[in-house]
Amino acid sequence: MGSWSWERAGELLPLMLEGLRILLLVTVVASAIALVLGLLVAIVNRSAPRAVTAPLFAVMEFIRNTPVLVQAVFVWTLMLMISGTSASAMWTGAIVLGIHYASYTAEAYRAGIDGIPQGQWEAITALSLPKPRAWYAVLLPQALRKSTPALGNYVIALFKEVPILSAIGVAEMVTQVKGYAGIHYGGSLEGFTIAGLIFLVISYPIALLMRKLEKRLAN
Amino acid sequence: MVQFENVIKRFGDLEVLQGLNFSIQPGERVTLIGPSGSGKTTILRLLMTLEKVTDGVIWVEGEPLSHMKRGDRMVTANEAHLRQVRKKIGMVFQQFNLFPNMKVMRNITEAPIHTLGIPKEKAHERARELLELVGLSDKADNYPSQLSGGQQQRVAIARSLAMSPDILLLDEVTSALDPELVADVLDLLKDIATTTDITMLIVTHEMGFARDVSDRVMMFDRGVVVEDGPPSQVMGQPEHERTRSFLKAVLGENA
Repeated sequence: MGSWSWERAGELLPLMLEGLRILLLVTVVASAIALVLGLLVAIVNRSAPRAVTAPLFAVMEFIRNTPVLVQAVFVWTLMLMISGTSASAMWTGAIVLGIHYASYTAEAYRAGIDGIPQGQWEAITALSLPKPRAWYAVLLPQALRKSTPALGNYVIALFKEVPILSAIGVAEMVTQVKGYAGIHYGGSLEGFTIAGLIFLVISYPIALLMRKLEKRLAN
Repeated sequence: MVQFENVIKRFGDLEVLQGLNFSIQPGERVTLIGPSGSGKTTILRLLMTLEKVTDGVIWVEGEPLSHMKRGDRMVTANEAHLRQVRKKIGMVFQQFNLFPNMKVMRNITEAPIHTLGIPKEKAHERARELLELVGLSDKADNYPSQLSGGQQQRVAIARSLAMSPDILLLDEVTSALDPELVADVLDLLKDIATTTDITMLIVTHEMGFARDVSDRVMMFDRGVVVEDGPPSQVMGQPEHERTRSFLKAVLGENA
């Protein structure tokens, strides 16, 4: 079967698992940023005066419409200029990815918030419920119900996009393969096959879970 | 208790209220009748601060609602002022507007606890009393989706009463209900009318109910008060043609 070497595959595996660890870490950090920041942006967009929301909108649109690769390389270049060798590609990458995806999640949250029936806002006014409490107790629970499927999809998409950070040297799976192949002049086939399988094994069950969750929420 | 002083309300080009003047005394039960678009619901919505007046002032217990006094001048009210005055007013909606993610008990206690600062135990106690008043003591642990329309509306009424408002606004509260469920809600409201002295401002198409409960009926047409008086007069012996034709249309031949 071509130049497949089980020996190389065996050598690669521990490296791939380390890469997977980094991949998961970046995913968790970036997702946390995307989910929290996106929510804040959505709430601010709903509540703040135009002077605040107009520039915020411009910034988010810019972030959403430029490739995350470009953003990552740009920010990484800045970080190197500012911090030199103490800059962390992993944290820089995770934050850039998180902010990028926050521009998507903000839209998902907005759709969820817009889907809340007008009557709920009126009941909140009629009862003079304080705004923070109204958001926590009434509005967010209803908005999240509607947003959760889209948010889950974005987390999965984020997970699959982490390898793009190999461009700035984050030691996830793709970087590991390239590193190994650079030294051993071989192993790309085995490396990327293993990477692909790992992605499949993780993403697919999660996608199935999301679909189940979607059905449950639709009731 | 409530006074509308030259209130004008415009929605874009449409002038729904054209310089409206009337007052309501404490404890009065006033029903607003009239065709759709005549401005009756708008009046309730303005009172509940769901809309802002285009011009004019609304007074509630001597305090301006949409404005506040700054020394000698009247300026547009800020949120803090609105919230103070609004606490005296409660509203029950046509679509109930219960919070779907909370059980009945929490629907009733949420605002007393977080708006009025009433301690949890007291709020729960009061909620239990109100649930008994509306006949739904056994539904405290249910979600709104598990209740019929009539039951949801009765919870909504309990929810408003839990705030101990001085004025209760009822906006076509039975219009969205199946006919069999309407009577229970109306009976409850009649109960409340006889056992409390809460001021009530009612918009309804239920003419029998209007007659039973009201001290005063105001007939509206195109934003203007056409007739204003006790039910025996406005509904029994209307002086104006517009009132007569409206009542005839609503009640059929037996006007």
